[in-house]
Amino acid sequence: MDQMFVNIKAALVGLSDKVFPDWVGVLVSIAVSIVAIALLGPLIMMYLTLIERKVVARMQNRIGPNRVGKYGLLQPLADGVKMLIKEDIVPRNADKVLHLLAPILIVAPALLVFAVLPFGRNMTAVDLNVGILFFAAISSIGTIGIFMAAWGSNNKFSVLGGMRSVAQMISYEIPMVMSVVPVLLAVGSLSTNAIVEAQADWHWFVFTPWGFLGCVIFFLCGVAECNRSPFDLAEAESEIIAGFHTEYSGMKFALFYMAEFMSAFTISGMTTTLFLGGWQGPLLPSWLWFFLKTYGLIFIMLWFRATLPRLRVDQLMALAWKFLLPLSLVNIVATCIWHFLSDEAFFTPAAFLVPLALLVFSYWGLMKLNQPYMPEKRVYPLVD
Amino acid sequence: MFFGLGILRGMNITLMNFIRSYTRKRGSGEIGALTTVQYPEERLPEKEKFRNFPFLIYDDKPEDLRCVACDICAQDCPPRCIYIVKETDEAGKPMKKPAVFDIDFTVCMNCGICEEVCPFDAIFMDHEFEIADSDRHDKLLYHRDDLLKTNEHFHKIRPNDGREVDTRLAEAKEAKAKKDEARKKAAEAKAAAKAKAEAEKATEAKEDKPPETEKESDPQ
Amino acid sequence: MFEKMRVKTKVIDSGKSGLDTQTLEVNVGPQHPSTHGVFRMTIVLDGEVVKSLRPVMGYLHRNHEQIAENITYSASMPYTDRLDYFNSMSNNQAWAMTVEQLAEVEIPDRAEYIRVIMSELTRLVNHVSVIGFLLNDMGAFFTPTLFAFREREKVLDVFEAVSGSRMMCNYLRFGGVNRDLTDDQLGQIKKIVADFPAFLDEFETLLAQNEIVCMRCQNVGVLPAELAINASITGPMLRASGVNYDIRKVDQYSVYDRFEFKIPLGEKGDVYDRYYVRMLEMRESLKILNQALEQIEPGPFMAPKVPACLKNPRNFKPPVGEAYGRVEAPKGELGFYVVSDGSKEPWRYHVRAPSFINLTVLEAMCIGYKLADAIVILGSIDIVLGEVDR
Repeated sequence: MDQMFVNIKAALVGLSDKVFPDWVGVLVSIAVSIVAIALLGPLIMMYLTLIERKVVARMQNRIGPNRVGKYGLLQPLADGVKMLIKEDIVPRNADKVLHLLAPILIVAPALLVFAVLPFGRNMTAVDLNVGILFFAAISSIGTIGIFMAAWGSNNKFSVLGGMRSVAQMISYEIPMVMSVVPVLLAVGSLSTNAIVEAQADWHWFVFTPWGFLGCVIFFLCGVAECNRSPFDLAEAESEIIAGFHTEYSGMKFALFYMAEFMSAFTISGMTTTLFLGGWQGPLLPSWLWFFLKTYGLIFIMLWFRATLPRLRVDQLMALAWKFLLPLSLVNIVATCIWHFLSDEAFFTPAAFLVPLALLVFSYWGLMKLNQPYMPEKRVYPLVD
Repeated sequence: MFFGLGILRGMNITLMNFIRSYTRKRGSGEIGALTTVQYPEERLPEKEKFRNFPFLIYDDKPEDLRCVACDICAQDCPPRCIYIVKETDEAGKPMKKPAVFDIDFTVCMNCGICEEVCPFDAIFMDHEFEIADSDRHDKLLYHRDDLLKTNEHFHKIRPNDGREVDTRLAEAKEAKAKKDEARKKAAEAKAAAKAKAEAEKATEAKEDKPPETEKESDPQ
Repeated sequence: MFEKMRVKTKVIDSGKSGLDTQTLEVNVGPQHPSTHGVFRMTIVLDGEVVKSLRPVMGYLHRNHEQIAENITYSASMPYTDRLDYFNSMSNNQAWAMTVEQLAEVEIPDRAEYIRVIMSELTRLVNHVSVIGFLLNDMGAFFTPTLFAFREREKVLDVFEAVSGSRMMCNYLRFGGVNRDLTDDQLGQIKKIVADFPAFLDEFETLLAQNEIVCMRCQNVGVLPAELAINASITGPMLRASGVNYDIRKVDQYSVYDRFEFKIPLGEKGDVYDRYYVRMLEMRESLKILNQALEQIEPGPFMAPKVPACLKNPRNFKPPVGEAYGRVEAPKGELGFYVVSDGSKEPWRYHVRAPSFINLTVLEAMCIGYKLADAIVILGSIDIVLGEVDR
């Protein structure tokens, strides 16, 4: 079970080896991975839309889509058909080339990131030795696509959304990368596989104080990166209609959604890989563990969306620069302390408590320093 | 207070609603229970007083509808969506019956005033609301025959009001019959008295003219 | 054509930096997800900051006042439903009170109690909805709105059973109410009132203490008490600015003098205060409802002795004169001014719509805040375009 997909691939390669010369086998091996990823991305996106609608509906005392197929399971297909046959409207004064290119440029990097995700034991499409770097670099390309869409639409709301998006992406990239540094310090490798393997035997980084904090920061920044609530300012429907994709319809619009959902998945998958032990886990097959953890994180994203209002643009910046960034810097120091005190063991009381104390103290200190953003206590007199 | 505590509390509420949507019975009205009513298959219980668009009521045959074309509803209708023309007999004399009774449902605002002002209990508000149509000019302009519905229908949608209206009508009929009876008697008495008086007069005046024959008053 | 479609921009001297910056004029509305209908704001933005804001109204103008001057007094009743379509019962009450004042009608006790119960239920409906919409404007993806609507439905069910319609109730009549409340319906209302505090607790825990809501709402859109009084703001908005003015207490109309209730006042007059004052007002409304449900007694629901002119409401011809009736509608002071020349139709009919008057301070509240704040401030005013444009 565990190596099911790996074996299928090996069988396919073996089959081609029997019939064709060696170099075809290499090509087949590459092609199988590419096809698998290229199919997996859209498939995940399609059913994420259904999951999102179902989960959010349940949180709002509704049933959610249930008309197309049993439990609405065919709803994504119906949506897809609808999107495909819709008219593609391009505003008259839009920059036609940018308008066309933008959705493509957003989807491509979102799909590329799948390449370095370790879906299970021996199940990384491309085991890059700089996997994390690749992830950080590629996932920020999407911003260009968003700004192209915003500018190309020739719409004031789009431009506002695009500018918000660019500012947000640049700000959140920094604490995001900074929160990965502790993992790199602990593992000593940028390869995603090496990181997962370092977390064997329940040594998930999330169980350490720095790992927990890093996980939270990374996940929050990731949510901001893929423009999801409560950081969905770039497409805040109550303020700027739909932000950068106001002027998109039909399949182009669907591509924006695809990119958003695929990056939601990759962010969750990467958080799983970095902090939640990746595919490590007892009993169940490794890939199942990976998907379980990833969908758990996606559930949290949907939960955010169903609960939280969105931040204002200045508060968003403040959260990144005045709160998450200092905290992630302290986190690096905490990791170093943990490393020296733990002395190669995963858990020792001193190595647990000292970084924890440091982090709690700095959290408290940052709260004090960010007093203007703290809620005020109000008293409401009741008079006659 | 720690930053983030309020967020966590709020998220607890949504999570509880998520869980309760599975554990609590749909439509029970408890917090967290699903509230959806799956419309075409399931419907909310109809309330008796619910009002939507008006209909004209008839008792036995569609010809003898209760409406007498008095035009009160048309005059009192706030958006003036009722149009009535009286039927005329061969001689051109208007009859107590509508020849044209049109209600423009695109204009009607379901206020129920026509039902309230009608002195003959001839127009009532229906429970039918699925009358959507693609043509708002012709299809939603309802004519007399489209508006006709039986008394049974009225009893079905509004049993209490139906009983009430029926007893009221029966009483009115009885009262009217009594009144007619009384009027008839009075008229007869009057005629008799008059005849007597005339006779007396005649005898007194000793005129040759015969007494005038009194016409009986029309029961209507 | 091309030139006309260009963004109308103004070059402003940005002073020290020497950068050439422009302001951006955006039209928020009339088709916009959070203008609560067809309302338009022409906002001049400097980056994200609102430099000027011009409200444009009238997209939903229906000639309400002119229509009312051409139909009978009683036929105006269903039209008042459509002013503020969230609170048809309070609108009915204000109109009925005006005409009763004109014709000098005494209303039986039971009718007054029914009116109070209905208008307080309306207040609950309005306040939960407006808070839901406000949080929705802030970006909480429909959860508060749907929670609010879940409870609102229960009240609307009662309205439907009582009056025949969920929103366009057309329930009150001059001299009383259209139909009596049955014991069943009273029981239903009692159950709603008993269950409501649990919902309010949930609703409050959901977002009232939420840090993001606090950040977004506190010290945003501050309306000073002086400005509020000068602009004749009424309702929860005025009380959020700390002015103790509630027509239920000032006029003591209907039977409000028989109930024990308090008026919650805000501290700063910002969006958060407006939000929270509404929360507290609902709790006070529940107190009134509890007392009214206890005190209500059987009796006539229409005035037994009405003046001759009201015997037949069809031919109702009030005496020559004028009247102004007002109630504390959920959105503020709702008043009807009517002048009668003794004929079947009013000679002059005017609505003092709280939404419209509360909207006049929108620009003063928004300038200097961000675009996102302007949306939230608009949401906190609580407008209904049916009433603004009439």
